[in-house]
Amino acid sequence: MENVYLTIVLAPLLGAIVAGFLGGKIGRRASHSVTIAGVGISTGLSLWVLSRFIWHDQPVFNDTVYTWMVSDGIRFEVGFLVDKLTVLMMATVSFVSLMVHIYTIGYMADDEHNWPHGALTGKNSYQRFFSYISLFTFSMLMLVMSNNFMQLFFGWEAVGLVSYLLIGFWSTRESAIFANMKAFLVNRVGDFGFILGIAAVGMYFNSMDYAEVFARAPELADTQVALFGGVSLMTLICVLLFIGAMGKSAQVPLHVWLPDSMEGPTPISALIHAATMVTAGVFMVARMSPLYELSEAALSFVLIIGATTAFFMGLIGLVQNDIKRVVAYSTLSQLGYMVTALGASAYAAGIFHLMTHAFFKALLFLAAGSVIIALHHKQDIRDMGGLRKYMPITWVTALLGSLALIGFPGFSGFFSKDAIIEAVGASQLFGAGYASILLTVGVLITALYSFRMYFLVFHGKERMDEHTKHHVHETPWVVTIPLILLAIPSVFIGWYTVEPLLVNDWFTTGDWSPIVVAHEHDTLHHLREHWHGQAAFVQHGLAALPFFLAMTGLVLAAVIWWGVFALKPRIDEQLQAWGGPVTRILQDKYGFDDFNQRVFAGGSRNLGRALWMTGDRAVIDGAIINGSAQWVARMAQSARHLQTGFLYHYAIAMIIGLVGLLTLFVTL
Amino acid sequence: MNEFPLLTLVIWLPIIGGVVVLASGDKSANLSKWIGLTFAVLTFLVSLGLWIGFDSTTAQMQFVERSAWIPTFNVEYFLGVDGISMPLIILTTFITIFVIVAGWEVITYKPSQYMAAFLIMNGIMVGVFSALDAILFYVFWEAMLIPMFIIIGVWGGPNRVYATIKFFLYTFFGSVFMLVALIYLYFQSGSFSILDFQGLQLGMTAQILIFIAFLLAFAVKVPMFPVHTWLPDAHVEAPTGGSVILAAIMLKIGGYGFLRFSMPITPDASASLAWLIIALSLIAILYIGFVALVQQDMKKLIAYSSIAHMGFVTLGFFIVFTIIQNPALSSGSVMGIEGGMVQMISHGFISGALFLCVGVLYDRVHSREIADYGGVVNTMPWFGAFMVFFAMSNAGLPGTSGFVGEFMVILATFRADFWWAVLAATTLILAAAFTLWMVKRVVFGEVKNDKVAVLQDLNARETFNLGALAAAVLALGLWPAPLMNVMHATVENLVTQVSVCKLPAAESADCVLARPAPIAELNGRPVAATH
Repeated sequence: MENVYLTIVLAPLLGAIVAGFLGGKIGRRASHSVTIAGVGISTGLSLWVLSRFIWHDQPVFNDTVYTWMVSDGIRFEVGFLVDKLTVLMMATVSFVSLMVHIYTIGYMADDEHNWPHGALTGKNSYQRFFSYISLFTFSMLMLVMSNNFMQLFFGWEAVGLVSYLLIGFWSTRESAIFANMKAFLVNRVGDFGFILGIAAVGMYFNSMDYAEVFARAPELADTQVALFGGVSLMTLICVLLFIGAMGKSAQVPLHVWLPDSMEGPTPISALIHAATMVTAGVFMVARMSPLYELSEAALSFVLIIGATTAFFMGLIGLVQNDIKRVVAYSTLSQLGYMVTALGASAYAAGIFHLMTHAFFKALLFLAAGSVIIALHHKQDIRDMGGLRKYMPITWVTALLGSLALIGFPGFSGFFSKDAIIEAVGASQLFGAGYASILLTVGVLITALYSFRMYFLVFHGKERMDEHTKHHVHETPWVVTIPLILLAIPSVFIGWYTVEPLLVNDWFTTGDWSPIVVAHEHDTLHHLREHWHGQAAFVQHGLAALPFFLAMTGLVLAAVIWWGVFALKPRIDEQLQAWGGPVTRILQDKYGFDDFNQRVFAGGSRNLGRALWMTGDRAVIDGAIINGSAQWVARMAQSARHLQTGFLYHYAIAMIIGLVGLLTLFVTL
Repeated sequence: MNEFPLLTLVIWLPIIGGVVVLASGDKSANLSKWIGLTFAVLTFLVSLGLWIGFDSTTAQMQFVERSAWIPTFNVEYFLGVDGISMPLIILTTFITIFVIVAGWEVITYKPSQYMAAFLIMNGIMVGVFSALDAILFYVFWEAMLIPMFIIIGVWGGPNRVYATIKFFLYTFFGSVFMLVALIYLYFQSGSFSILDFQGLQLGMTAQILIFIAFLLAFAVKVPMFPVHTWLPDAHVEAPTGGSVILAAIMLKIGGYGFLRFSMPITPDASASLAWLIIALSLIAILYIGFVALVQQDMKKLIAYSSIAHMGFVTLGFFIVFTIIQNPALSSGSVMGIEGGMVQMISHGFISGALFLCVGVLYDRVHSREIADYGGVVNTMPWFGAFMVFFAMSNAGLPGTSGFVGEFMVILATFRADFWWAVLAATTLILAAAFTLWMVKRVVFGEVKNDKVAVLQDLNARETFNLGALAAAVLALGLWPAPLMNVMHATVENLVTQVSVCKLPAAESADCVLARPAPIAELNGRPVAATH
């Protein structure tokens, strides 16, 4: 199997290398063909491996590909761990990536218009884009297939690099190259914690290997570390690792980079900043469940951060007018749901939501991209409307995606979100009550912002200018086919997978269970015990509060942004004005950006300048180095007056000296 | 084991080459360049013999050559390499090739002397890394200043006189103290063999004084805070080649000195003053990180970045003393030293490449100011790709060599002290911030001005230089095992050496390190025979 796994990883890398280095020579067609072929191979093989795991009891693979180095008895290796958790991620990542690859053919077709005239960067930008997204697929697969912490960090940073390159893809735009640097640096703040977490693992386990660390974790469960007045080792490790996840999965307060990342082309917003990379943190925590289960403090921390993100980021989505930013805040909020699930030890539910979300959120982003293409790169939803007539496929798929997102009964998001809310409700951890309330009310918010956008874009009066309206038409098949192919799992995948994933313990059966849940943390047991099939679950859902809230949101959205809007087109502004300070706080995004910009960015620059001017310039160079040189020069200046060369000066000095010495001797 | 005087050849071949180039004169600039390149490549190929013939299972000196030089004072021509010096020698001969190539069309003023200076420099630096006699070491050490002085003084920028004097006095100031220490050690041991010095029993006062004398010499070279201010000035004024050699090789000589002299000769003083070095290293990482952020001059920025990265080297070396004194820790000390070593090699590639990148721009625009650039990638896409790659390596991206040493040192430092590791790990943020902010302002964005608008992308010569260094950065980042394997035996032996108290019996009560009782095993590994 090793060769299969190597092929899955290396095929996209090869495509990326070919398109990246030879793109200019082989041209656009060959470049997209080779990268799509590479990712296609990965997708095919991943699905095949997934099917082997589902139906053929495929054994878990855990082996080294090569030894990176050995130092001080610790082996640093590159290797794969392929179990049920991995294979689910592999299939999701490669499938969404394949859809995005195909979609990109349409989206980036006229990319040369996005570049200033004559810029060489615009010449092969199409090929370069394909190279980057294939490189991303390679990096993401390396991340999820890793069997050790070192390679996890490699994949972690490699996806960060590609994210950096792609957010700043249109490198002549100031906002883009600001956003990509911001994304990288904020992620680095997370990685700062992450690497310390890895260092803690290295110190106490003397190993980087997952299997070895997980096996020994229970022994060290009671170890205390003399920090912060005594803290459990597991809490320290888990919190540090989670800080990494907060960066990558954009959790408060390290979420600030994700909305700005929308400066990148839409296909990568779908692939990287919605479906896959940002879920790396969720995957990581699920992968580390054998460690997290040993620290309730860390779980509480995860729970509270997740719920805070889920609710408060969703609120911001209500006041956004850029179509991509609405979806971006929705992504932040949904990532919060996944993270909250992890905090409640419902790892399986978190991963389940990760998967369903990957499909419907990629779909929503790609649909948004389809709208953006049709409107010639206009993104303000206030200038849209009525697009359902012109773009039927985009309309229907976007509607399906939105219904999945708000958790409409039967759609994939319904199963995953309801499972999370139920699990959090069952959790006994500190903060679970807070999280439970936020997640439940969050359902209303989700429905509101989702359908505000949906109605403003697809229904009502057409508010585009005449020129744009004249040119609006459905996008080409390379765009719509991925929409359709993503809409199918967005609707159905929940129905078909909820039973194995959550009820029949797909993750935790067998010799090796990728997800470990302590008995007292088993928040999904209620769901399991009262399971009577999907239909019963849907029926049960129809009578529950989340459904009521989602419907309220949907109906409210329809009334306000469809019904009232038709009569009073300024209703949105009026509502926001009515919101007063609340609206302002939301529009300021709670002030995180201003604060960071002023305190961290500005503060660092001022500190650097102060250290440089006073420390290096004034003290070390000025006072000490050049100061001592000047002192020597001054001393020499005065001393040289003694060397006058006049005989009578020397004579008088000798006489004075003689007299002085004589006096000394006489008095003694 | 080796009859053939390979080290002598690696030292003298480039020096002879330098003389030949000088003799060829400036009548045919092409001829002198080709002679220079031939000798540089030959030297590199010959030095590979050291790698091929190296026995990585032993910590003993290899390729040893030993003959009397000044018998009256027992000074010898004594050469040899171990797992610490051998990689540094190959780094030296490797980098010299790119320096020669980088000066190809750019140096029009006395090109033969320029080539000669770098070839001679190459030989001298190999001499520093391979000398096992203290006087021979000292001669090479000081001789190194002369070509560098000339390189900056003749081919340097407008303020080169200030920079050269500062550079010379700074480094010379440090080395005088080292000479005194070496002479003291000679009187104690009766020989100038560094290996004899390492075996010497020394009292605490003597150790402290010797340690400080060495520290002054090595700290200036590394350079460590607060004796670092010569480096940005020297870099700014030096020609591209000079900056590359300075950053890639000369700084490493300071780090090498700690491993060869300070730690094994004065382990007790090192242990009791380790806190000082660690504090200075952490200051280098943090303080210099912030200073680098606000630099307006690309070369200064990279120079400051070098200081911060070298802070990792000294940190990795000296946390060893905290780790070996903690009975609860079974390992970590070897990783610290090995991490520091890898960091040195990697920094050689990356800083060299970054200075070459600045040189590429400087040759075209004649400015090093960040503000004079913007949107370079629009006219120089290949250059932009290389620049972003090396910037990412500088920020320690996994998969590049910049990650390996940083990762190992952070892992090892965590064992020594949680808060030190926290401070060290801030480099993840700071290094990314100052490097990427520079990249943003220079490489990305709209074409800033007319000069940028007419830039030509890399030529074949520049592509070769940057491509070869990128390959080295990737190779070391993706598979550091070969380099690590060469070092293991030597580093483990060094750790054994520095773990044992060297105080005389009368002072043995003051030992913080293990008493020199028979130790069968250290860190679970059999101990290699000490010298």
